[in-house]
Amino acid sequence: MGVKLLLDKAHVPGIRSYEVYRREGGYAAVEKALKMSPNDVVEEVKKSGLRGRGGAGFPSGMKWSFLAKPEGVPRYLVCNADESEPGTFKDRYLMEFIPHLLIEGLIVSSYALGSSRTYIYIRGEYAWIPDILEQAIAEANANGWLGKNIMGTGFDCQIYVQRGAGAYICGEETALIESLEGKRGNPRIKPPFPAVKGLYDCPTVVNNVETLAAVVPIMNIGGEAYSKIGVGRSTGTKLISACGNINKPGVYEIDMTISVEEFIYSDEYCGGIANGKKLKACIPGGSSVPILPANLLLKTAKGETRYMNYESLSDGGFATGSMMGSGGFIVLDEDQCVVRHTLSLARFYRHESCGQCSPCREGTGWMEKILHKIEYGKGQMSDIDLLWDIQRRIEGNTICPLGDAAAWPVAAAIRHFRDEFEWHVLNPEESQTRNFGLAHYADPREVVA
Amino acid sequence: MTFSEEQLKKVQEIIARYPEGKQKSALIPVLHLAQENFGRWLSAESMDYVASLLNLDPIEVYEVATFYSMFNLKPVGKYILEVCQTGPCMLRGSDQIIDYIGKKLNIKPGETSADGLITLKTVECLGACGYAPMLQMGKHYHEYLTEEKIDLLIEHCKENQHLVK
Repeated sequence: MGVKLLLDKAHVPGIRSYEVYRREGGYAAVEKALKMSPNDVVEEVKKSGLRGRGGAGFPSGMKWSFLAKPEGVPRYLVCNADESEPGTFKDRYLMEFIPHLLIEGLIVSSYALGSSRTYIYIRGEYAWIPDILEQAIAEANANGWLGKNIMGTGFDCQIYVQRGAGAYICGEETALIESLEGKRGNPRIKPPFPAVKGLYDCPTVVNNVETLAAVVPIMNIGGEAYSKIGVGRSTGTKLISACGNINKPGVYEIDMTISVEEFIYSDEYCGGIANGKKLKACIPGGSSVPILPANLLLKTAKGETRYMNYESLSDGGFATGSMMGSGGFIVLDEDQCVVRHTLSLARFYRHESCGQCSPCREGTGWMEKILHKIEYGKGQMSDIDLLWDIQRRIEGNTICPLGDAAAWPVAAAIRHFRDEFEWHVLNPEESQTRNFGLAHYADPREVVA
Repeated sequence: MTFSEEQLKKVQEIIARYPEGKQKSALIPVLHLAQENFGRWLSAESMDYVASLLNLDPIEVYEVATFYSMFNLKPVGKYILEVCQTGPCMLRGSDQIIDYIGKKLNIKPGETSADGLITLKTVECLGACGYAPMLQMGKHYHEYLTEEKIDLLIEHCKENQHLVK
């Protein structure tokens, strides 16, 4: 059993209510933080080594310390609950089952950053969750953790929930800010960064739900102790949402010292591949990160065991590695077709491109069309190179990372599964009815042994 | 097409969440409110009404309403089945679910059944990947879908249609 800091109380009956949450030690982090100076709270988060849990993995304490503090200008904290990366559903779990953990984290973080108006921007489809959060906010208000002059410190704070309306791009922080201002979710050109000019042109910090929830255990056990959990620069615990062809899909909290093999096959986590099938491939950090074939997933190119942490998952760069990303862990069994799966993701990115930058707006559409052609037995060998060429021209050429996010899955699929694309071109009659199969890829169990 | 007293109070509550002069931030929440109360879709008339409430130019409302996939810009059925078709759901059989609903209701994604009861929509990742295949109907998710569950759901829609305005 690994350390649990976020979900340790998730199964206590009634933990959604204030009474139970408080009885289980809730709001101790607020009591502790509000006796410290805001800067000391920021220092504590810096010491913890906490990295952004939304996908980029940027050190949160550092992000906080970039926040500009001009006299007389309000500062904002915005919680990014727009969880839309395919494969990711961890924030939903946190908000739905332990809403007070997020609210507590938000109060501590708002105090540290000096935000008196804090917003939770939640994806519109999570339509039942705002009620849960608003209930928790009302309870926090009623018990004096929110409102005016909290705990007699002179600090005022209010939290508001804002629903989006269906747009993956609003998970990008500047698009989220645009949306929160009542506009289309078109990302802004950076700089200026939100830390200087964000919501209503004021200094703003945007953090993921899990990141802000993690501030609670950091305050409770101290940044130093938090930094000792995990390994290297992967400190603390991480929520992984596991899905695809596994026996036990769900949200798991890991302490980042376990191996990928243990995560997939152990009964404590995914419980192995469903229906007695073999593992073919996995996208370990949400749909945008490179897919890895089984052999490279369980061991690095150097033959070392691969672990569930930021450094190990990215070992080998994009040539032979992937990324921790948002922790959306998508597993494909031997019956799955990589071309079809990549087509599905390409359609997603075409649908979600905001249309602002031409490489992304046009490129995502062409990638989908070409993948469609190949999948449906109408492709030519040159299409595979064309696909490679298009993704290369999108990557790095757009205002926001959606372009990269659309390019990487296609690039990795061709890089590691080119045989399968070629098989589709060579066997157009069978491209729909028969699977390329696992024959050409290593059986992970054999590799591991 | 106007909000009731109670709904107008809700609009004022929403506007009060933002600093003074920033009532444009209320646009998306108020559009949700309009869609919920004006027949599950946004006509030009209801968008103009929202614009007048928030003191915005109509174009500011149109450009937002057309950007977000949850806003319906043409009439829909009493119930909308929004089936996720993105990768993780596909791995667990969403294609078959979409086919099954389509055949059962004799419609393609994007269409409404002849009796005006159900609209079938395919949508992209709704964040329920571990509980796939799934669909959203109204405010709620229906997960671990099977053909039997679809049958029950459609039965439920037929039985309760008189409750939907």
